[in-house]
Amino acid sequence: MSDPSGDGTVPALGRGVKFRFDEVRQNWVLLAPERLFVPDEQAVEILKLVDGVRSLGAIIDDLAGRFAAPRDLVARDVAAMLGDLADKGAITL
Amino acid sequence: MSALAVTSLAPPMGLLAELTHRCPLRCPYCSNPLELERGAGELDTATWLRVLDEAADLGILQVHFSGGEPTVRRDLPDLVRRAAERQLYSNLITSGVMLDERMLGGLVEAGLDHVQLSFQDVETGNAERIGGMAGAQAKKRAAAALIQHAGLPLTVNLVIHRQNIDHLPAMIALGAELRAERIEVAHVQYYGWGLVNRDALLPSRAQLEAATAEVEAARGRFKGRMVIDYVTPDYYAERPKACMGGWGRRFINITPAGKALPCHAAETLPGLTFPSVREASLAAIWRDAPAFERYRGTDWMVEPCRSCDRREIDWGGCRCQALALTGDAANADPACALSPHHGAMRAAIAAADRATAPGFVYRRIGAAPTVEA
Repeated sequence: MSDPSGDGTVPALGRGVKFRFDEVRQNWVLLAPERLFVPDEQAVEILKLVDGVRSLGAIIDDLAGRFAAPRDLVARDVAAMLGDLADKGAITL
Repeated sequence: MSALAVTSLAPPMGLLAELTHRCPLRCPYCSNPLELERGAGELDTATWLRVLDEAADLGILQVHFSGGEPTVRRDLPDLVRRAAERQLYSNLITSGVMLDERMLGGLVEAGLDHVQLSFQDVETGNAERIGGMAGAQAKKRAAAALIQHAGLPLTVNLVIHRQNIDHLPAMIALGAELRAERIEVAHVQYYGWGLVNRDALLPSRAQLEAATAEVEAARGRFKGRMVIDYVTPDYYAERPKACMGGWGRRFINITPAGKALPCHAAETLPGLTFPSVREASLAAIWRDAPAFERYRGTDWMVEPCRSCDRREIDWGGCRCQALALTGDAANADPACALSPHHGAMRAAIAAADRATAPGFVYRRIGAAPTVEA
């Protein structure tokens, strides 16, 4: 399949990175080697779909459908959020 | 009783579990206190297991198993297993010299999440002179290979100073060769043993600038493959670091004997009594202990911190450094250019530049040296 936008990329959590719900604070946390991220609501929805199986395109489709948002806008937000976490070593793209 | 005051105290994020002060290495900048705890005074397994349970209940998310050398504790896999059971992210901070296949296998099986492995230099002779242990380098390389083979994520920790800083490019290349996910380049922090050895360790400005430039360049070279964190040196700083993310805000440090501290060097501060996990729960300590309350927030601050618009960014810097260099732990960290004591750092740089290769005072249990700041 032709994939000029990189939609076929399969994002995954980096080695040693864990995404879990923190019962004490009642929010999701991303735990990485010697760092810790508290993602905002939008980032949480994205990260819940990062399972090392779904492609970037499938993640964007899912979010655009569920939140009835324009696909290109969702694609931009997802790319920015995952790109930032990839630079920090929490996500592999 | 004010309900607001109780609810506004956020739970801590991290637990620094200093399991032991015993260590085969004798690094002259060791972050352990000058008065080192002997093995007989260490907490037992049952108490550490209880502390880990209390940590999870309190909202702690990450546990750093440290020392000394934490792998001298035979019960380390049991502690890691409990951390994993309670969803605590576990990090092993090790020199690697005792990390054989059996110990690492036990840790992997117990659910260890990450290893931070230290190297004193890339050149074997210099590395072993700094660490004070012959044969250490080969053991560290073997440990790195075992960690890779086990599939554990690896951070290579590089403490830099006057006597190894010129090798930083090769040290970073070593991290890449060992396929580390992350490298931590950390300048020596000058309190405790580091302060004793300051004239032998403090880099010159030219060395510092070269190292900082190398870190920047290496970040570009390894972007997307390896993260490089950089702990800057206070002595050349204009603003202090938020030591421990602020006193009593994010971390609890437990000493081998069970004292709960807001930072690992806090026992150098006079007039504070630190509670023991043998006698109180972590929750009670976090909420009630006067020693955790003493420098928490901003109410304790004096000028220039008190009216500074960065007071909730750097939280006044390091209390231990303020004490060591200004004589009063409540003063602004002299790393800050706004501190009237900032000149003490300049004077120390000049003194180190004049000093002609003084020998190291190696860390040793039962041999605390006298400190003259």
